[in-house]
Order: sequence, then structure tokens, then C-alpha cells
Amino acid sequence: MENKDIKDIENAMKLANDGLPEKERALFADARPSHIGPANKYLEKFMNWARSRSLWILAFGTGCGATELRPLFTSRFDASRYGIAPRPTPRQASVFVIGGYASIKTIKRIVRSYEQMQGPKYVVALGSCTINGGMYYDSYNTINRIDYYIPVDIYITGCMPRPESLIAGFEKLKENIRAGECDGMNTYADNFDWYKKNQKQIIKDWNMPDYNW
Amino acid sequence: MENLVKRIKEMIPVENFKKQNSMLCFFTVQEQHIELILSYLKNNEGYTDLIFLQAVDYLEENKFMMTYMLNNLERGMNLGINVFIDREKAEMTSIHRLWSHVWQFQREIHELYGINFPGSPRVTEPFVLEGWEEMPPMRRDFDTMEYVERTFYPRDGRETSDPKKHMKEKLYKNYTEVPKIRREND
Repeated sequence: MENKDIKDIENAMKLANDGLPEKERALFADARPSHIGPANKYLEKFMNWARSRSLWILAFGTGCGATELRPLFTSRFDASRYGIAPRPTPRQASVFVIGGYASIKTIKRIVRSYEQMQGPKYVVALGSCTINGGMYYDSYNTINRIDYYIPVDIYITGCMPRPESLIAGFEKLKENIRAGECDGMNTYADNFDWYKKNQKQIIKDWNMPDYNW
Repeated sequence: MENLVKRIKEMIPVENFKKQNSMLCFFTVQEQHIELILSYLKNNEGYTDLIFLQAVDYLEENKFMMTYMLNNLERGMNLGINVFIDREKAEMTSIHRLWSHVWQFQREIHELYGINFPGSPRVTEPFVLEGWEEMPPMRRDFDTMEYVERTFYPRDGRETSDPKKHMKEKLYKNYTEVPKIRREND
């Protein structure tokens, strides 16, 4: 009897994947993201130290702020000194830099890329557009606050922030990671329904699985 | 350029001829003549390039103005041809047979202004806005602020203060207006 109840709950927790055509639903996972706690206090401390030393950025320029990433990685500011390197695919990256404004068309790709990144993953939102809309606060096509759609660890203000302030932001991110405060992945898993509701409110043609693993 | 307009005037009625500078002219033609005039300019006068195609919303006059900007590579001349169309009907002759890239412009205008181009390929496909359900957003009666407040989550705390007044209150409490000095040159 108890087993049956648990099965019912499990079935109810499965994702519907309503946006996909019926014959494709079986091809995608229907599991939710799960909360992953620290394994061991001291081991976690060591892991966080190691994570803060190798931040791999997803090479996905989502707005005009992505232009600031080019000088950051080239010889003048040379972010490799700080253990920051760009990676070509979401599977290999651990930091997602939201470069300035995000239009509705882009936020669909942002959500998809963010969910495909492997944990632990961190989000750096740069530019005033990600904080309150910036100069696009009344645009029909640009979202106002990025933290309603994906969890954000560090905001870097400015329009545009210079590479120096980006480096300062990454240093702050490292501090937070070492202190164990950057827990965006678990925040996303805990408030999964709330994030999905916000995302589906603006992405009207939802033609992808609910959780893109 | 005047000779060209003279030759066109023999064929069709032309209004509002305006010479912006030595390189750029504008004139207005009627809606039914647009395909004729564009093919004439392309084949006979050397205006072989369509640089852009744009629409302007004249809400007060209940009209859309379409502008076809042509370029003559040999002479380095630009020619803008304006056409006014009815805002309620919002339909325009498709010219995708004259230039192969025009369908992309027409698709964008169809999405942002709601102007229909019958016969243009892929004209109803979404261009920038995926899954848009409101009225076309570049029409001037679309209230973007109202839409943003309804759809997104504006952050509180956006305060504005007049910098001059603020500085007076904060820093220069004993500030008085300095009388203007009259200089000899004035």
C-alpha cells in the first residue's frame, strides 16, 4: 500500500513536457532537478577552494555586454591569470556570464544553456539591464530582472562594466564560492516551479522539455 | 537627378520631390505604381541596389509610409521612394520578384508593423518575436510601458532627483545667486 502511494507521488512529481510533440516526449527526461547538499564539511571546503580556482566560462554572449569579455580574455587584461577560461559548450562550463540585456528570444536559450550546465554552476550578471532593465526598462522585448528566471550569484553594475570591474566581480565570486555561499543550483532546484512559472509566462512558444537534461 | 524625375513624371504622378543633398533625393508615388517604378529604375536607370525597406507609422493621419531606398553604384546616388498606404487595411505590393533579399525585410515589417505582403515567401514566420500574442509592437498605439508592467517584474526603488536642487540642499546650504557680471565684450 505504501509503495503505491510513493509511486503516485513520484508520478505526480514527473514533468509533463507539454511543449513537446507527443511522440518526442519519451525521448526526454521527466525528472526534476534535485537538491544536492555538501558531502562532508572538510571535503566540501577543499572542493570549494578547488572550484574557485578554475572558473570556466560558457562562451555564450547573450547581449552587448559580451563585448567586454573579449578584452578580458586577450592579452591586456588576460583573465587566465585568475584561472578563468572560456569553454565552448555548456557541459564543460561552470560560470554563465549574462552579458547585459536579455531579450525574450535570448532568455529561452539562456534557460536552456543554464540547465544543461553541470553543477556546481554560478551565474554572473553584468550590466544594469540585468538588474532593473537599465535603459531598456520599458522595452517590449527585454526582461527587467534576470533573477526571476535563473538564480544569480553576483551582479556587476555599470553600463558597460569595464574589464577591471569584471575581474573585481570574479574575485568577489571566488570569495563567495570559498565561503560556500554560491548555491544557485540548489536554489533553482528548490524553487523549480516558481522559476518555471516565470519562464513560461514570457516564453509563449515553449517547444522544449521542461528541464533540459 | 531633375532629369530623372522629369522622365518619371511623364510615366506616373510624382509628388513631394525633395533634394536632401547632392547624393540623396526623395519623392512620393502612389501605391499601385510602386512595382512599375522600381522595375523601371532597376532596369533602365541603374538603381540596381535596394539598400533598405522601412515603414513609418503616421498614427494621426491614419497612414503608414513605406520607404524604398535605392542606390546607384555607378553614380553614387541614393533615391528614396515613399509610398503612403492605408493604416486600417495595411497591405502592400510585394516586390520579392525584383530583389531576392526583399522577403526578409518584408517579413520583419510584417512582424513589427503588421503590414501584410501577399505572396511574399515566409512572410508570417516569426523574425525577432517568438510566440508574440499582442498587437505588432512598433505600431504607435501599442503601449510598451503598460505591457512591461503587466509582463515583467520591474524593480522598485528607481528614484530620480534633480541634481542642481539636490546639490543645493546637501552641499551648498548658504548658496546665494551670484549677480551676473557684465563684461565689456557683451
